[in-house]
Amino acid sequence: MKYETVIGLEVHVQLKTNTKAFCGCSTEFGKEPNTQVCPVCLGFPGSLPVLNSLALEYAIRVGLALNCQVQEFTKFDRKHYYYPDLPKNYQISQYDLPISKDGFLDIELEGKAKRIRIKRVHLEEDAGKLIHEKNTSLVDYNRAGMPLLEIVSEPDISSPQEAYEYLTALKSIVQYLGVSDCDMEKGSLRCDANISLREKGTTALGVKAELKNLNSFKAVKDALAFEAGRQEAVLNEGDKVIQETLLWNEQKSETFSMRSKEEAKDYRYFPEPDLPPFLISAQKIEEARSEIPELPAQKKERFVKEYGLSLYDANILVADKKNADYAEERLKAWGTEDKKPVANWLIGPLAAIAGNNNIQISQVRIPVEDFLELIDLVENKQAISNLSGKTVLAEMFSTHKKPAIIIQEKNLAQISDASSLGGIIEAVINENERSAKDYRSGKENALMFLVGQVMKKSRGKANPKVVQELLKEKLSK
Amino acid sequence: MDRTEKLNTLTANALLDKLNQREISCDNILSALNERISQVDPKVKAYVRTGTVPFKTTDDLALRGQSPLPLTGIPISIKDNICTEGNNTECCSKILEGFKPPYDATVISKLKKSGVHIFETKLNMDEFAFGSSTENSCFGATHNPWDLECVPGGSSGGSAAAVAADEAIWALGSDTGGSIRQPASFCGVVGLKPTYGRVSRYGLIAFASSLDQIGTLTKDVRDCALLMNIISGHDPYDSTSVDAPVPDYSQSLTGDIKGIKVGVPKEYFVKGMDAEVKTIVEEAIKKLETLGVRQSQVSLPHTEYAVPVYYILATAEASSNLARFDGVQYGLRKKSGGDNAMIGMYKKTRGEGFGEETKRRILLGTFALSHGYYDAYYLRALKVRTLIKQDFDRVFADFDCIVTPTSPTPAFKIGERAQDPLSMYLSDIYTISVNLAGIPAISIPCGFTKKGLPVGLQILARPFSEEAILRVAHAYEQATEWHKMRPNL
Repeated sequence: MKYETVIGLEVHVQLKTNTKAFCGCSTEFGKEPNTQVCPVCLGFPGSLPVLNSLALEYAIRVGLALNCQVQEFTKFDRKHYYYPDLPKNYQISQYDLPISKDGFLDIELEGKAKRIRIKRVHLEEDAGKLIHEKNTSLVDYNRAGMPLLEIVSEPDISSPQEAYEYLTALKSIVQYLGVSDCDMEKGSLRCDANISLREKGTTALGVKAELKNLNSFKAVKDALAFEAGRQEAVLNEGDKVIQETLLWNEQKSETFSMRSKEEAKDYRYFPEPDLPPFLISAQKIEEARSEIPELPAQKKERFVKEYGLSLYDANILVADKKNADYAEERLKAWGTEDKKPVANWLIGPLAAIAGNNNIQISQVRIPVEDFLELIDLVENKQAISNLSGKTVLAEMFSTHKKPAIIIQEKNLAQISDASSLGGIIEAVINENERSAKDYRSGKENALMFLVGQVMKKSRGKANPKVVQELLKEKLSK
Repeated sequence: MDRTEKLNTLTANALLDKLNQREISCDNILSALNERISQVDPKVKAYVRTGTVPFKTTDDLALRGQSPLPLTGIPISIKDNICTEGNNTECCSKILEGFKPPYDATVISKLKKSGVHIFETKLNMDEFAFGSSTENSCFGATHNPWDLECVPGGSSGGSAAAVAADEAIWALGSDTGGSIRQPASFCGVVGLKPTYGRVSRYGLIAFASSLDQIGTLTKDVRDCALLMNIISGHDPYDSTSVDAPVPDYSQSLTGDIKGIKVGVPKEYFVKGMDAEVKTIVEEAIKKLETLGVRQSQVSLPHTEYAVPVYYILATAEASSNLARFDGVQYGLRKKSGGDNAMIGMYKKTRGEGFGEETKRRILLGTFALSHGYYDAYYLRALKVRTLIKQDFDRVFADFDCIVTPTSPTPAFKIGERAQDPLSMYLSDIYTISVNLAGIPAISIPCGFTKKGLPVGLQILARPFSEEAILRVAHAYEQATEWHKMRPNL
């Protein structure tokens, strides 16, 4: 490709405060329309905003976690546009003095680190929601006035996959901070993307398109990939890309134009006179800093160092804080130096159970000691086979019984003594004469097939190592 | 009953004495007011929507007998831009037709907690407080009680006229560029604009948020102090209200103003000023000197920029504050068909709902905030505002108060300036700087023209020095009879 892709993302994160940004209304999601409203968030004449100090603190935390400069002096501004979901027809936002700016976020792409610069992080209020019916449109103002953080990246992202990694890393950090659910389905995380192409080796930015209506990280990736392709085709035709806002149609997997920037709006920003400018003290910044927990990048490093995990395993475990905490509790409680078996069981069978039940790893309710006992039974004591172990784990999840009881009830104890296995081995050799012959004639693969048959016949209870030895012994006679 | 008939002419302080002596009942006061209103308001037109909301009377003498609040039984009248729960608050604009706020302004809650009886029927004003004559009201003009052919001033013209005509005991108004002081001056009553941040703006329908302040219109300075005691103070619901202790303003009325240093700005006595007004104000300053103040000339060099700076900043904020009146949630809605019914609704609602002056100011303000003009207008005006404020800081380093005329002319004829917005805007040249600087100022009656129109004296002081203003104003009032004069209606 002659061109390189230049992407910048604008992410809106809804802060998890109990009350709205500028009034005392509840922020609870999913309530009856227009039940969580008051004169302030409805923009009634005479009402005035008062800043939610927790929203400010959350904003500072996010700024710090994204390595931004938290501004000593900041203020709010009014951004004007007419729309029925915006009660005052202006949004309280921040224009030239955002709460923090000039930060960065490091992402990892195929094992390589890349730094994406963060331009600014600012606090603003959300708008309501329009509901369109056949002949009429309705407005639900429950969401109006919810605290939003707008996090704007520099155009440092150079592929749809990078955009995906950036969003994943950002979501992970914000969740770690405990300041937002970052749930795209509930709209507590929203993303707009700016994308343009330029000839490789050049530095000037090309004409950009703004992508909206991106409802999942996958949609962001797909829409960007589509749009990069579309713009490339336009440029290859010798045409010019026009600056416009595009909506992503998920069903059709294509973008379509919403409006061109020629009708670009003049937002007439000016300082919000109802909220005086204010100082953020060094003390307040330090307080916010002290509330920042270990972030995913640090945790990953520590997991690799402390628990000897592979980078890959650590990456999976730290992506979600609850999963990381869940994993760490189990890794810590494991008595032996080598934590690898626990990591394997977490990422393998346990993650599989979570996946099958559509829940997070952290939601798999199996007591720490039971989980570790099972691993001990499989890995150290070799009391049951790995395969049986998975069966037992699934049973532990659904019945909450102890592993030993399940092994007993299901008669899953591993058979390791030659006398008990002799009969099955004899039978398998007799039933598979051809394979036995193949092995004898030097085909090593045939042995594994026979082991498998014995395992099957023993309903997974046979100790595969012992079986292998016994088979070799028998066939060499 | 002759005795109750005159209750409407008394001050709140005088009525409180009578209530406490059990000479009268609360209902006596309301009856007297109602009677007066029905007699003179058809001529003065201080109140609006009188046909739709009857004045409620109440017999709470029994209540007072049990455990009266400090001001139980004293009625107050309210300008149409201060929200009162459940009754119409329309800023005298068609666009807010039928708007009943679901809440009380903080000042109204405070008054209710003191026992004050809130008149449901509101007072006339220029639409959204845009004006200096109360002619820009969708309900028609209010007439000056001293000369019914003249304007009462504005925008709190209804408040000033009602107090002057004894149709109200006292009243609340709002002042963004002189909207309390100029009508107080035109109607011969006492009008105070407190320091910005002294009184909560929560529930005041905003004109220009950085300049607006609720204030008082009263028959004398003592009532002003009493009302200020009730409405002042920090409000957690208004981030611009200031958390400074509220003194007992009545205590500041000592009558002793000996040695107080008063500055008289030379820029305020210039051509264009009515000769009679000049003489009357100069007389008033002499009177103050005989009472012991030491006066000297001072300079506020940036005075000439106050009007242009004000009309940029105030209209910019107004264009933003009035954006919410769109027909979506409340007030007037004019439906529209066509391809874009939503934009159509906005256009029709705002086109029909706003009056001419309101549209003029929205357009001016929108222009000043527009891309490419912001720096040249809004930002520059903000910088000059700082210079104007510094002018005052310099003078107040050496002086306790500044004394000026309130308005360059007495009340003018209805219709005389309506077609000439610039001459109307100049009516506020002495009052606007005070709002830009955020300082407190009062207008008190200081004489009458030969034609019998009142003239006002304006007294200014440092931020949160309302006490100094009240002390000087009260001493002057004690030594003169102007505040006792009543129009013949």
